[in-house]
Amino acid sequence: MNMIIDLLKSLISLSLGDFIRRNFGTGPGTELLIDIGGVVILSTFCLLIVIFLIWLTRKLVARMQDRIGPNRVGGRYGLLQTVADVVKLLSKELIHPSGADWLSYNAAPILTVMAALLVWAVMPFAPGVIGVDLNIGVFYIMAISSISVVVLLLAGWGSNNKYALLGAFRAVAQMVSYEVPMMLALLVPVILARTMSTKGIIDAQNLPFILFAPVSALIFYISTLAETGRTPFDLLEAESEIVAGFHIEYGGMKFGMFFLAEFVNTLFWSGMFVTLYLGGYRIFGLENWVGGDGYPYGRLIGLIAFFAKTFFMYFVYDWIRGTLPRVRVDQILNFNWKFMVPLSLVLIFFVALVDKFIPDTAGTVTRMAIHLTLNLVIAAATLEFLRRRGRQFRQEMSGGDGPGGRETLYPDDHGHGAAHEAPAHSDHGDMPLGGREPIAVPLH
Amino acid sequence: MQADWQYIAVFVALSPIFPLAPVVLNRLLGPHRPNPIKQQTYECGVETVGDTWIQFKVQYYIYALVFVVFDIEAVFLFPIAAAYGQLDLFAIIATVLFIFLLADGLIYAWSRGVLEWV
Repeated sequence: MNMIIDLLKSLISLSLGDFIRRNFGTGPGTELLIDIGGVVILSTFCLLIVIFLIWLTRKLVARMQDRIGPNRVGGRYGLLQTVADVVKLLSKELIHPSGADWLSYNAAPILTVMAALLVWAVMPFAPGVIGVDLNIGVFYIMAISSISVVVLLLAGWGSNNKYALLGAFRAVAQMVSYEVPMMLALLVPVILARTMSTKGIIDAQNLPFILFAPVSALIFYISTLAETGRTPFDLLEAESEIVAGFHIEYGGMKFGMFFLAEFVNTLFWSGMFVTLYLGGYRIFGLENWVGGDGYPYGRLIGLIAFFAKTFFMYFVYDWIRGTLPRVRVDQILNFNWKFMVPLSLVLIFFVALVDKFIPDTAGTVTRMAIHLTLNLVIAAATLEFLRRRGRQFRQEMSGGDGPGGRETLYPDDHGHGAAHEAPAHSDHGDMPLGGREPIAVPLH
Repeated sequence: MQADWQYIAVFVALSPIFPLAPVVLNRLLGPHRPNPIKQQTYECGVETVGDTWIQFKVQYYIYALVFVVFDIEAVFLFPIAAAYGQLDLFAIIATVLFIFLLADGLIYAWSRGVLEWV
């Protein structure tokens, strides 16, 4: 009886490992058992939460687009819609396209889910509730998450389809590019926390790092959008251009695995953003509360705090998905290499320099204030630089005209004599496109 | 330390089961009547012309090349960042030089027109 109460309390306080150690002794066998149990629980959780995530995304995006979304299967909120989809996928025939490379075609869906699951090993859910607190946690995440790039190429190459191959190339170019600013942005929390361990980074956040490094947080978030291939960077599966991208030849559950990996990854990066910049499971010390009977009940509070923050970040992903259109492939790469990478290099340079000159005796708030000021200065300088460059580009493209470029809009307008007498530098900038009589500007 | 990596090893060993299970289940539950027409390559509109595995746009390769330079160099920055509190002035100057080298690689690639999508 005591043992059952012990078990229940351990379950509630998320300390099942301690329960097993108390009752079955501490040996290598027990540790192995705990490890296997932890892996099974973590992976099952990741796979099952996707069923909820897909429903959530469909419902949220539908609402943003003024639709209702799933509302038939499983009550008026369509809660069982995804379950029905899974059953449908399970009953589909698995087609093996002729000429496909058997090994890479079949290995890709398995490997993509493996990579999506393995990164969760270092995700801290609550104090003590973490797969394993590796001392190179952040590094491990970067290493494992880049496997998915290779997997996409395997899928595209193995399918023996030109659209799939094209989609895979696009995906690889994009994901490989955005890994650079992501890594450089990740360096900032590592410098601030002086550790690569995910738990260590959370422990160092007496104030959330988003207050120290908002620019780094923004770069990281945009990079994760591209890494997971979400809108506006979802051109690796642009239906209107390359049919469906790398997974065009996949059907049934093999397709389902790619879909699953995408959602698991999105939730993972939301959780990682929370861990790195929003203090993870920390909620005013409540997460460390230990009950009178010695069970760490605060872990449950920490877990709830972690998931509340994570699902908020996930909501922001869907919000962006419902808001922004898809960008072009050259824009996506230019934006990365000519804006994000230089910006993150400048950022890491100044953060490293400034952090060295803050004396160790300075309090957390002083340190935060200095870093925040630095970030705001960099952000303001970047915006001003962008504004000037943007104006310059617009003028180059339109021949001295305002935004919109009258020359490109009305290329045949040169001959109208009366229009030439219009004042040379009147303000045409805010004229709506069309509607009014076009005014030809003297171009020479 | 070893116990840490034991977890990773267990995870790597067990993780193929989770994606394999639904795929195998699908194979068992779904019909399986392949025929040559069904297995044709899926394309819109017209039949596939020629082989898929042909030479592709060199631009993708160049981006990957620039990435490799950055990736390897950024890897060295992580240990520096983790041990940042213990670095003396000389190490800081070396790090700053290193970041300049990173930036220089980007500037070189940029000026050579590598970053233009053609």
